[in-house]
Amino acid sequence: MRGGGWGRRTLIAIPYAWLLVLFLAPFLIVLRISLSDFAISQPPYSPVLDLPACFGEADLPAAEGEAPDLLSCLGGWADQFWGLVEEWDFDNYIWLTQDNIYWLSYITSLEIAAVSTLLILLIGYPIAYGMARAPKAWQPTLLMLVILPFWTSFLIRVYAWISILKTEGLLNQFLQGIGLLDEPLVILGTNTAVYIGIVYSYLPFMVLPLYATLVKMDESLLEAAQDLGCTRFTAFWLVTIPLSIPGIVAGSMLVFIPAVGEFVVPDLLGGSETLMIGRTLWTEFFGNRDWPVASAVAIILLLVLVVPIVLFQRHQDRAQEAGR
Amino acid sequence: MIKKALLCTCALAAIGGPAAAQDVVRVFNWSDYIDEDILTSFTEDTGIEVIYDVYDSNEVLETRLLAGNSGYDVVVPTASFMARQIEAGVYQPLDRSQVPNAQYAWPEIDERVSRYDPDNTYSINYMWGTTGLGFVQELIDERMDDAPVNSWAIVFDPEIAARFADCGIYWLDAPSEVFPAALAYLGYDGNSTDPDELQAAADLMMAVRPYVRRFHSSEYVSALANGDACLAIGWSGDVLQARDRAAEAENGLTIDYRIPVEGTQMWSDQFAIPADAPDPAAARAFINYIMDPQVNAQAVNYINYASGNLGAQEYIDPEILADPAIYPDEATMDNLFIVDPYDPQTQRLVNRLWTRIKSGQ
Repeated sequence: MRGGGWGRRTLIAIPYAWLLVLFLAPFLIVLRISLSDFAISQPPYSPVLDLPACFGEADLPAAEGEAPDLLSCLGGWADQFWGLVEEWDFDNYIWLTQDNIYWLSYITSLEIAAVSTLLILLIGYPIAYGMARAPKAWQPTLLMLVILPFWTSFLIRVYAWISILKTEGLLNQFLQGIGLLDEPLVILGTNTAVYIGIVYSYLPFMVLPLYATLVKMDESLLEAAQDLGCTRFTAFWLVTIPLSIPGIVAGSMLVFIPAVGEFVVPDLLGGSETLMIGRTLWTEFFGNRDWPVASAVAIILLLVLVVPIVLFQRHQDRAQEAGR
Repeated sequence: MIKKALLCTCALAAIGGPAAAQDVVRVFNWSDYIDEDILTSFTEDTGIEVIYDVYDSNEVLETRLLAGNSGYDVVVPTASFMARQIEAGVYQPLDRSQVPNAQYAWPEIDERVSRYDPDNTYSINYMWGTTGLGFVQELIDERMDDAPVNSWAIVFDPEIAARFADCGIYWLDAPSEVFPAALAYLGYDGNSTDPDELQAAADLMMAVRPYVRRFHSSEYVSALANGDACLAIGWSGDVLQARDRAAEAENGLTIDYRIPVEGTQMWSDQFAIPADAPDPAAARAFINYIMDPQVNAQAVNYINYASGNLGAQEYIDPEILADPAIYPDEATMDNLFIVDPYDPQTQRLVNRLWTRIKSGQ
């Protein structure tokens, strides 16, 4: 039992170390860049953080022990960091508030992501439901069919939509061929195309968790509901839906969060009017080479996403406690 | 059969092996900017393998370079962008004594570029050209008689531009190309950094924004060639490549390029070696190969840009040499201007205006 404490601590330490290295450290670096100034230099901001020097890339050979050097170096970096925070060098954030283009981007992104999530839920739920109710022997095949698109690169699948949606594309040729349209529909380069792209790309992320919840559901509950006088529909509404809420929540999160920051779909399928934050970030980073502002945009995006998620989580916890 | 195939592979490995293991040159160049046969013959002649990547904007190249460790041996920035990149310490000096074919460089072009790269320390010119108007004659004629294809008015005057909205107007997606054009149309200095004048240029562009189908710096080549676009703000050689492609496809589209009478910018794309290039020697070998007059002429004949190589002129197709859209005559030259890099303040302003224009907000 004495060793148990250590084993447990190690086990807990692993995810924390993971978070520290792959989330907190990059976050701090981005935060740090967002507090510096745009400059034409390599890298393109100033003052520069001297982190590589901490890891033995310094010119001077370390005469003393390595460990204190590294520590003092990181300490120096932290001092520098606090220096910036104390100076309140938040010019880049102020810059973001001066131009409504950023707010418009955030709002459009949230709107497109929210509407897409809803559409995906509406399309994905019947699919997942059908899969869960299908004969057991079919289910692995159906599951395979949902996963199958992942065997092709995401980028290629989005490219394929270009040739489907463009003015001389397959869809217009088909619709004109059967005489439904005289003039071709302009879809490519509009928000409609972005919705189609996102709904198509993220559908499996909704179907899979929904299927996982629905397939576990005890069918005798439905029989009981019907015995007690529910129609098939009310039984579905009062029993199946509430029981599948964890799946709905998980699926919606899996779809909504990446959809907010989506870059590929709006860039390839959307027009230049489609302001989404992923694109604004790309322009800021590659087009304008303004790393500090790009970092500030990224930090705000993180806040925009994290705050509602945390609030939601709290609400869930409370609801769970109340339910006990 | 299998045995034979195996034998072949071995033989190939024996021939290609040592050379392939020897050297690789990583080139980052503009899209549609070389005859790819040149890359093959370079590898045949020198045994150096070429890894060739493309970009379509100076901004993307600069981001890569400023981030450091781009991994490229040869890059081709535009001279005006190069000025500040040199200051940032991105490049290593290009020693012309180690590039024998540099002797064929055109002194006049070297002189012009020295404004950005003093004493031509870091670079040597590959091609130069202008930013102007590309159009599909048939589609324009259908919509307007005597359309002013030689004036910026065709893209910046709302009444004229509106007529071509349905057949597709494409603009370069680069503020550093379009702002000078809009300023020139308004009669201002194309180099202006005056916020009021820049704002006026932005307002002008905003007014014609609804008629622009796409902002993109390379798609217009194929779009013009297959009739998806009828009018483009584009680069001279790219438009003329579209002309050649349409002629090859025999699709009945006549594409042409004009330098607008209001004046436009002339730019020079320079070979340079990043400071952290993995193999500078291979980079010099590559640049030397392209600077060979015959190879250089082959490139010009293919991509339709004017070369900074004087020695190449005797091998260049006389039609290209005589074409004022490629090698502008004296009178046209007087109308051309060269632009300076923006200072960070102006850069930010221009970028913001550009984002607004593109999104139509």
